[in-house]
Amino acid sequence: MLRYLVRRLLLLVPILFGVSLLIFFWIHALPGGPAESLLGERATPQLVQVYRHRYGLDKPLYVQYWAYVKATASGDLGVSVASRRRVIDEIRVKFPATVELALAAMIFAVSIGVPLGFLAAKRYGGVFDNVSLVASLIGISIPIFFLAIILKYIFAIRLGWLPSVGRISVTIDVKHPTNFYILDAIIQRQWYVLWDVIKHLILPAIALGSIPLAIITRITRAAVLDVQNEDYVRTARAKGLPPQTVDRRHVLRNALLPVTTVIGLQTGLLLSGAVLTETVFAYPGVGSWLRDAIFNRDYPVLQGGILFLAVVFVLVNLVVDVSYAFINPRIRYS
Amino acid sequence: MSIAEVEAQELALEGATSGLWSDAFRRLRRNPGAILGAILVSLFISAAIFAPLLAHGGPKDQNLILIAGGCCPGPSHAHWLGVDQLGRDVYTRILYGARYSLLIGVVSVSIGLSIGLILGSVAGYLGGAIDSVIMRGMDIMLAIPGLLFAIGIVALLGPGLYQIMIAVGVVNIPIFARLLRGSILAQRENDFVLAARAVGVRRHRILFSHILPNAISPVIVQGTLAMATAIIDVAGLGFLGLGPQDPATPEWGTMLSDVNDYLQTAPWLAIIPGVAIVLSVLGFNLIGDGLREALDPKLRGRTGKFRERSRLSYLGAGRRKAVSGA
Repeated sequence: MLRYLVRRLLLLVPILFGVSLLIFFWIHALPGGPAESLLGERATPQLVQVYRHRYGLDKPLYVQYWAYVKATASGDLGVSVASRRRVIDEIRVKFPATVELALAAMIFAVSIGVPLGFLAAKRYGGVFDNVSLVASLIGISIPIFFLAIILKYIFAIRLGWLPSVGRISVTIDVKHPTNFYILDAIIQRQWYVLWDVIKHLILPAIALGSIPLAIITRITRAAVLDVQNEDYVRTARAKGLPPQTVDRRHVLRNALLPVTTVIGLQTGLLLSGAVLTETVFAYPGVGSWLRDAIFNRDYPVLQGGILFLAVVFVLVNLVVDVSYAFINPRIRYS
Repeated sequence: MSIAEVEAQELALEGATSGLWSDAFRRLRRNPGAILGAILVSLFISAAIFAPLLAHGGPKDQNLILIAGGCCPGPSHAHWLGVDQLGRDVYTRILYGARYSLLIGVVSVSIGLSIGLILGSVAGYLGGAIDSVIMRGMDIMLAIPGLLFAIGIVALLGPGLYQIMIAVGVVNIPIFARLLRGSILAQRENDFVLAARAVGVRRHRILFSHILPNAISPVIVQGTLAMATAIIDVAGLGFLGLGPQDPATPEWGTMLSDVNDYLQTAPWLAIIPGVAIVLSVLGFNLIGDGLREALDPKLRGRTGKFRERSRLSYLGAGRRKAVSGA
């Protein structure tokens, strides 16, 4: 296990190096170059000269790259042009919102997708199976932002059951020490706040979770069908175990292995999709922050935000791979 | 005759000796999902081609008198799908929107496919250090979530129609490169390659006339599915306001983002372009699924368990990013 872990961690180095190199060259290719993109609209030729000198942009590229890596590694992602705050501080506020949203979306997708896929496989070829196949096909064909608009229209505008924008009602004024609103509400035992935050999460989470739901349903169904024909399942049945025990211990446990991998791969989708979902619901997370950054030409935010999310994506996949090896011994020894 | 059928027939002519394509075509015709997909896609393509004949006027024609009584009058005899906030005929705009989606989809998939094809086949066939360099590069591109990567490229090039085509195309490169490399690695060890090498056929001829034709079928499947994602991705970028900068352009995603303010009074203005996107994407997804089942030589004449297994492998690895950013 340790050897696998070390090997997997070493694999991380070239990827992170590559991503940093890619983003470094991207910064240099931005219209006007890094100095002007840092200055934004204030860029005058004199000021650009000052900035070029101050940030060492007149030095050779490899010196600049090294300086960039050092600054990034110490958490210095620059200063937002729009808000004048440090990018890392903004991430500290925005990222927990997106994590809450992504987790809620994943919980929604897994808690519905796994039972749905399992039942579809159990009733293979039946009405339920066909309905789930069609539903998951439509699920991957609906653009997230369209689904988000429809949900917002039905449940927020027409029925008025759920709020349509934001993360918490504006009338609620409480402190958020960790910026994870749900966690904060639980720690401080403010149950009405908790309920309010959850109500704000439901619609965006369903919209964001729709594609993972469709994919998890299909994978679970396919995996259960696959595992059901394995010898060890037949053996378990033959020795007279109750059907529920066979399903739980032999079928489901093995069928869920591919589902774990998918959860890792879907993180990238959730982080991407968050840009669209958060835009529709004016949800103050990393996604809507990046969208605003595009329109404000806030390049430090774009650089820092994309680099940060890429690192998160890589790390989540690392965690998933490692935990996969942990639950599936066959990987470890290969 | 539907597009998928035409395509399959053309392919059947090319590979008549092998029989794979005619077989695949026969199986495709028996698949109701694929037929529905073919109908949806042919509707989409005919809307794009014949838009000027079917439409009522031009897509940018405004008629502010129509919305004098408030936004916006619903469907009527003169305007089948109603008019939008500037009095433009929605039916006409949807038809012309199909042109943009089709054009953007084809161009961006072609970009991803052609560059991915070259990188993947070079990496797969040459192997060694070149393979490592190319594939590590692809890994790095895959490390940045799809839509964010596309947004980064649009930030670089500026918003606009051509820019989002390039952005979505570039995001597709690593998917095709990986797919083709895997496929070629599997083909490279075959006896017919060894035979060709033994009689002294040149390397690039082995690659282009012996290996590629055999490795291409997963690429066709992925290409069809990539059309679906490209339409979604482009609509998403348009929705974010990164698409065509002329607000009158009838691009479906841009149309959806324009009407956010009118959701309360005229929800169909959002629903109609949304449904158009869903139907065309669904069409490509259905054809892609059908093609995958039809083209897989292992599935010939088999059903049941084997069908499921192919679906599993496709969702697990091949489609890694194919649905990203949707």
